[in-house]
Amino acid sequence: MVKLITDVSKYLLIWLAAMYTFWSFRYFNVGDEKRERICRRRLPHLLFLLHFLACGVLFLNTGDWKLPVLYGVQAVFLLCYMSLYGRLYRNRSEILVNNMCMLLCVGFIILARLSFDKAVRQFVIIVFSAAVTMLVPFIMDHTWQLGKIPWLYGFLGLGLLCLVHVSGNTSYGAQLSLTVAGVSVQPSEFVKISFVFFTAAMFYRSTDRRQVFITSAVAALHVLLLVMSKDLGSGLIFFITYVFMIFAATSRWSYLGLGIFSGGLASAAAWTMFSHVRVRVMAWKNPWADIDNRGYQIAQSLFAIGTGGWFGLGLCQGMPGRIPVVEKDFVFAAVSEEMGALFAFCVLLICLGCFLQFMMIACEMQALFYKLIALGLGTMYIVQVFLTAGGATKFIPSTGVTLPLVSYGGSSVLSTFVLFSVMQGLHILKRNQEEEDEYETE
Amino acid sequence: MNMKLNNKGEKKKRNLSCGGESDRSILRLSYGVVFLFFCLMLYMWYFLTVQREDVINNPYNARLDKFSERVERGPLVCGDGTVLARTETDGEGREVRVYPYGSLFDHVAGYSARGKTGLESLANFYLLSSHINPMSQAVAELSGRKNPGDSVVTTLDRELQQAAWDALGDRKGAVVVMEPDTGKLLAVVSKPGFDPNRIEEDWEELVAGEDGQARLLNRAFQGLYPPGSVFKIVMALEYIREHPDDYSRFQFDCDGYFEWGDYRIQCYHGSAHGSQDLSQAFANSCNGAFASMGLEMDLESLERTASQLMFSGGQPLSLPLPYSQSRFDMKAGADEWEILQTAIGQGTTQMTPIHNAVITCAIANRGVVMTPFLIDHVENRAGDMVKTFEPQEWGRLMTEEEADILKTLMMRVVTEGTGSALRTENYTAAGKTGSAQFDTGKESHAWFTGFAPGENPELVVTVVVEEGGSGGRAAAPVARSIFDVYFSR
Repeated sequence: MVKLITDVSKYLLIWLAAMYTFWSFRYFNVGDEKRERICRRRLPHLLFLLHFLACGVLFLNTGDWKLPVLYGVQAVFLLCYMSLYGRLYRNRSEILVNNMCMLLCVGFIILARLSFDKAVRQFVIIVFSAAVTMLVPFIMDHTWQLGKIPWLYGFLGLGLLCLVHVSGNTSYGAQLSLTVAGVSVQPSEFVKISFVFFTAAMFYRSTDRRQVFITSAVAALHVLLLVMSKDLGSGLIFFITYVFMIFAATSRWSYLGLGIFSGGLASAAAWTMFSHVRVRVMAWKNPWADIDNRGYQIAQSLFAIGTGGWFGLGLCQGMPGRIPVVEKDFVFAAVSEEMGALFAFCVLLICLGCFLQFMMIACEMQALFYKLIALGLGTMYIVQVFLTAGGATKFIPSTGVTLPLVSYGGSSVLSTFVLFSVMQGLHILKRNQEEEDEYETE
Repeated sequence: MNMKLNNKGEKKKRNLSCGGESDRSILRLSYGVVFLFFCLMLYMWYFLTVQREDVINNPYNARLDKFSERVERGPLVCGDGTVLARTETDGEGREVRVYPYGSLFDHVAGYSARGKTGLESLANFYLLSSHINPMSQAVAELSGRKNPGDSVVTTLDRELQQAAWDALGDRKGAVVVMEPDTGKLLAVVSKPGFDPNRIEEDWEELVAGEDGQARLLNRAFQGLYPPGSVFKIVMALEYIREHPDDYSRFQFDCDGYFEWGDYRIQCYHGSAHGSQDLSQAFANSCNGAFASMGLEMDLESLERTASQLMFSGGQPLSLPLPYSQSRFDMKAGADEWEILQTAIGQGTTQMTPIHNAVITCAIANRGVVMTPFLIDHVENRAGDMVKTFEPQEWGRLMTEEEADILKTLMMRVVTEGTGSALRTENYTAAGKTGSAQFDTGKESHAWFTGFAPGENPELVVTVVVEEGGSGGRAAAPVARSIFDVYFSR
């Protein structure tokens, strides 16, 4: 009976996710307010239904009474978060809040499946992050000096990265984290934000050659520090983000070309300098040749995705635990294995939807500073999604980055919350502005 | 879903058409990102539709075992309906894997307890997939019954397998029987073997291997033996390549041994062959002739030929079962003793029976190797075809002319030389014998590899009998009895 329910609900879950994805994209495209309201109502319904169904299946399969309790708390949290955001910020982007909750929801489900304890720990961090970042749009609305202090951002970022390089803890061959008062934090997750602010503020001042040169030098220093700590995934994300930002700020193809060229050079250098890089590339080219060691992780990931197929094996029916660090870098494979590749496609599309939303905000903003922040943060986000999904499917070599909001990891989720909140802040800023304008013209 | 994407894109365009230069840049970058995600999804689609089966049908994929919770493992059968393995449910509702022929197909069919080997491992994915019609599948799932797994039809031929098994008798060794023009494996025998029905009961004894029997080792694929005179096939090929126009003028006077400095190479049992040309030396397996030939050879070129023939260093052959890589270690600049030894297939050179069979197939098939395969097709329980495996060309090992010359040499081995056991009026066989010494004071390993009929080869047989003595007397008769069964049908 449990098997039957699991089987049927696996199709239902895919259907719910597909409907959600459909309506979240449809949302952009409807003109009149009435239909927009219908979409808006539909999304949370689908989301809560999906969360309920998946947790029900998990409970039936494990029989663990702690699960319904966790489910209840999580559902209440999502409900509170959505309504509180609405109360505090009338002009928020509702679709972004919904998408964010949907991704959190997928994370809740898959983490509860993988490890109950980790799911609880992650949930606590999410509640904390949600509460703290609730203030970000307010701060942005009331602070005018954000674009004036590039060097503060720059030195903050560089300082943190130096600190990690000097006294960071090493895990999987990379120095990623610092231990502060018993809590392990990954500063590079927060430097992402400060880096985008720094670059935006610098280009906001001027985009003449001298300024571009100085900014590029500092950006290169960021990347270099990351590479020296062997955090190559983050290094790549920073690099691409910088190239995107410089292109948007100057609209000069030569900068884009130069960026791609120097990226190629840097990759070649990394290939010769780091055995770490060679190992990853070899494992990507042919994981089957060394399936016991280097190819093990990627082979297990491919087994997971392949065996799961389009519709998945059903929750608790697969073996995602066989993939090393599945709850972080390979969470995409776990989702695909048990919930189906179609479900994983929906997750990708929702992430892409968030990115497109960010880009729309970027285009709507008038000030270059805000424009660049929106573009930079959006790029940070989507490149990370691309690297983790591409790595798990062997589309590109695995770089060891997490899927934002879905993967396990405190720093990652907090910085993603900050990122989404800043985007909300920009959106709110713009809407408030528009309302004021309308008021004045009347 | 992609349609939605496009809708979205168009909408953005409308929104941004009034934007400035940087908005256009942002739009371009967004299109770039959307394109990348499109590629990623396209790749995932390709992975799931095209590569999926090959990837997940891997012994490392523990997830396949989960399939057995829903599917009853399908049977392994031969083309004539002989059942090699089937799943039965005993009185207590437990599933038992039954092998009706006991140890006849032991290594090649494998076992499915304590891990999986042989065809049970190779065909695992197909055996655990069910392709009966969707209605009955749904009914079975609803009623809690398992679906019947697909039947895997092997290329094996029960009669030939039996003939090989009987002919080898109680001796240790291996036999491989193949179709040279398709690559179908018709029989794979390795002795000593085990009873797959008793794998759980006998496990401790089998893995302890105290008797030194290595019963679990599939000698046909994994046994490495010195090739002895069988290696003269490689030497002859290399000699023909180095002397394309005048190889027939090769001349050697054999008085039972060959002396070079302090070294002395003896012919088998010291028999003196007298004046020998290439063809005679090959037919009589004259060690002296080939040793002297080795001293004159371009060793770099010999190494190239060996690696082209899939000894170590060459492109590995894709085989359906785990196999050992044959070794050829001699480099340019080797000392004379090593050259003399290597030239007659002693020294450090080692090869597997399957490798020998594949080289023989290339000669029989005018230089082209067909990839050896064991699964002919997969059908569902109702007998409808699910998937067929077509013969595939692996590559060319030698030119047609070279293959034809070697074929003629091998035919003369039977008509005039050491392969006399295969002389018969019913068919013309061709081959090469070998007697490989591996330990002083022990009998040599007996080799035979060959094909029949000589004019238009249909069947390749490779035999190795451990400590069997002379190839012509111990191994060739095994091949003879297999050919006899095949050509009397």
